[in-house]
Amino acid sequence: MTPEQALVEVEMITCIIDGFEVTVPKGTLVIRAAEKLGIQIPRFCDHPLLSPAGACRQCLVDIEINGRAFPKPQASCTIPVETGMIVKTQLTSPVAEKAQKGIMELLLINHPLDCPVCDKGGECPLQNQAMSSGRGESRYEGVKRTFEKPVAISSQVLLDRERCVLCARCTRFSDQIAGDPFITLNERGALQQVGIYEKDPFESYYSGNTVQICPVGALTGASYRFRSRPFDLVSTPSACEHCASGCAMRTDVRRGKTLRRLAGEDAAVNEEWNCDKGRWAFKYISSKERIASPLVRGTDGELHEASWPEALAAAAAGLKGKRVGVLVGGRATVEDAYGYSKFARVALSTNDIDFRARAHSDEETSFLSAVALGLTTTYADIDRADKVVLLGFEPEDESPIVFLRIFKQVRKRSLPVLTVAAFASRGSKKMKATLLPVVAGNEAAVIAGISELTSRSVILVGERLSESVGALSAAKALADSTGAKLAWIPRRAGERGALDVGAISTLLPGGRPVSDPAARVDLAAAWGVDSLPTSSGRTTAQILAAAESKELDAVVIGGVDPLDISAQALGQLLNTFVLSLEISHSAVTAIADVVLPVAAVAEKSGTFLDWEGRARAFDKAIPDSLTRSDVRILSMLADEIGAAINLPTVAATAREIQSLDKWDGATVAFAPVSDGSAPKVSGSEAVLASHRLLLDLGTLQNGEANLAGTARSATANISQGRAATLGVAEGDLVQISTQRGSVTVPAHITEMDDSSVWIPRNSEGSQAIANLGNVSGEVVTVVKA
Amino acid sequence: MAENSLTPRPEDFGLAKAASESVPITDQEPSGFFKQLLGFWVTFQAMFKKPNTVQYPEVKEPTAPRFHGRHQLNRHEDGLEKCIGCELCAWACPADAILVEGANNEEGAQFSPGERYGRVYQINYLRCIFCGLCIEACPTRALTMTNEYELADDQRSKLIFEKEDLLAPLRQGMLMPPHPMYPGSDDGTYYRGEVKGSHPSQETAPHA
Repeated sequence: MTPEQALVEVEMITCIIDGFEVTVPKGTLVIRAAEKLGIQIPRFCDHPLLSPAGACRQCLVDIEINGRAFPKPQASCTIPVETGMIVKTQLTSPVAEKAQKGIMELLLINHPLDCPVCDKGGECPLQNQAMSSGRGESRYEGVKRTFEKPVAISSQVLLDRERCVLCARCTRFSDQIAGDPFITLNERGALQQVGIYEKDPFESYYSGNTVQICPVGALTGASYRFRSRPFDLVSTPSACEHCASGCAMRTDVRRGKTLRRLAGEDAAVNEEWNCDKGRWAFKYISSKERIASPLVRGTDGELHEASWPEALAAAAAGLKGKRVGVLVGGRATVEDAYGYSKFARVALSTNDIDFRARAHSDEETSFLSAVALGLTTTYADIDRADKVVLLGFEPEDESPIVFLRIFKQVRKRSLPVLTVAAFASRGSKKMKATLLPVVAGNEAAVIAGISELTSRSVILVGERLSESVGALSAAKALADSTGAKLAWIPRRAGERGALDVGAISTLLPGGRPVSDPAARVDLAAAWGVDSLPTSSGRTTAQILAAAESKELDAVVIGGVDPLDISAQALGQLLNTFVLSLEISHSAVTAIADVVLPVAAVAEKSGTFLDWEGRARAFDKAIPDSLTRSDVRILSMLADEIGAAINLPTVAATAREIQSLDKWDGATVAFAPVSDGSAPKVSGSEAVLASHRLLLDLGTLQNGEANLAGTARSATANISQGRAATLGVAEGDLVQISTQRGSVTVPAHITEMDDSSVWIPRNSEGSQAIANLGNVSGEVVTVVKA
Repeated sequence: MAENSLTPRPEDFGLAKAASESVPITDQEPSGFFKQLLGFWVTFQAMFKKPNTVQYPEVKEPTAPRFHGRHQLNRHEDGLEKCIGCELCAWACPADAILVEGANNEEGAQFSPGERYGRVYQINYLRCIFCGLCIEACPTRALTMTNEYELADDQRSKLIFEKEDLLAPLRQGMLMPPHPMYPGSDDGTYYRGEVKGSHPSQETAPHA
């Protein structure tokens, strides 16, 4: 409870349920008050996070207020408790019990006897409650109503209308939580059924939640179809590796193979929801591209399978005594990132380490080392914010649970949202956000113009803001001048943790500045080494440039897609020794000299820090996996090099991180950068803007065709003015080109600056770096194709 | 005896000595001569009976009709598998001897009527106790037991029977799945036994 809420006196009400007195806050529903007493009233439509519907009528109870009884049993999920209320549930009232049995019989009249072929069989509330409050035998002798089945309402979600009990959980979720009312109840009476709008496919990023909350098998996931029964599955609480939202998850494994992932419950973070990427993008673990054993490039120029001692010796030979850079990638867990950080400092004696496998700037380096670590904004701050400002951040695409939290408040109390973006995305429209249209490069000036923020406002800064010169400085200045809460929300799950443990050139673990001799001494003592490298390290781009110019002899790369950084990145690595720690074959392993296979998230334990800095620890979901976490391999490699980092297990690493206190000495100061500006364009030229859609060509989404089927298709977003000049209508193909190449996608006309054009950053047919060589701020040519 | 000295006796608890100790367990005294002769009469009678010994394995006798032998996965009359991969047999199995993995009947790859079929079906006869609970659990009568009892083998791995080992042979009029369902039928008509054989249109492209 927040301090403000605590001050508000909550009126408590006492009522009697089944003869027991219970005191609950005013407004509590009878069904919830009964739960507090441990009395379970059967229900289907009731869900604590959805508004009451009273749709299924299964929770009927007898209610009497001040001696006056309701003439008929009432739905306990819709009635709030009142003083003097006497409730009799099925346990004490024969009337309520008979009513519930009657409802159950009615629900089962048209319910098919599908249990043997239904995915829900074994974990089905209808099955369970039919056992607890239903009849043993059916009295119905008529013909059951049938529908065509199953209907694919999207490539991920299948609908079986015969099984539906019309609880409206899915439609309420879509409407109230996700804001995607693509699914609704059609028709009336016995023919009432869940349906989708014919013109709009069910393209919600959150559709998997409807499968999870469906109390029967009406909505099932295409990927989990007929795969397993609940008694086959071994469930492990887990954390999501796909973004920095930090969802609690549950991973269900059958015989060493992940079969499904479900949203876990964490009221402070993801409540009970997650996004479809987190739910369904796990097949990359079992892809054919997985690397099974270490690989060493032989004299013939080909990679050959090698034993671990051989490969470690080859890797050590390439790194020992050399000038080495380390690229960590944004997917590392805290423990792994710590391993990279310590490995770079102790075994390689360098500060050339960076976790940013994306566009970045020196301004961002300064922002991260001076500002980002000290930020304390949380989800709860969004809940009580008076205004949310989004800078270089599309929550629905880049941190879906942040979107759900903002949307919740927008729906509940019309929370004003301000977004500085090239155009109003679907997420922005759902949040009814005020758009400050910006041409990529001009962000700083637009941010400086934002006013009317208070100390309760929240400024959410995305990692993309670093692509615009001066924008992070402007965001910091805005927060400083208004007292608003600032948050930095990276896209990848590992970035916040990597920053914490110093997988960046300017910081050592615990926020110790590299430039501070006291901090270095403090850490050297903790690590038991004589000294730590003093020279300031290189950023990702500088490491790659130094590799190309042979200022570095070798690069250690963990889980980086070079096309996330720049078009030249891969080419820059060709002349150096490359050690790649990867789960699957990739562009980097194709050029690497030594490849060491590492464990994917399901196969290891570890911790992610979400954007708030909240630890999201998870355990191995596949217990008998033989793959090892990065940190363990780095520790073996350090031994081989002869400079031990002593991190033999993830648990030992976590203990060591715990034992290192946060740095309480002086921190580096933020070096603001003056405003940049967008390039001037004329004629068919435009300034490029882009962001990654949630579902795109990301490598962690490999192998899941059903998920890819709901990805939003690529469009080139242009303004009305530009569309008129080009003579294109909505949906006409336009070509966006630079000297490097071009992208040809349908045009989408929307409200945006005339000089701007937006494309998705890494979607099918539109890969900004691969096709155009840049992600934003570049002058491109837009013509009708 | 040693065990007896460990078991507490009533007097150990300060109770009276049980009467049972003083009473003999049997009242057998040496039988009289005629009684003994009566006993040998039974033995003597057997000498004139037909012997029950069967010279197995040279001679094999049929089992009782409801003997619990090796399982069989049955087929519908047109050859489609009755098993829908529901795993209820695996669920019912007290010895955890059955492994089933279901899968989706795709267009062009229909193995059983309806949406679902058993892609993987294994019974581990090292574990099976032939209790028959799986047969009771089966909702489509796909799984029944044959009278075959000769299940010994020389390797443990040979005693895990796969689906192809358990499936009933194709009888007259049956087609090897996958093939489409009988025209105009659904899983209900199959279940009610209304499909009596295969239809020429079910013959799909010849298998390689």
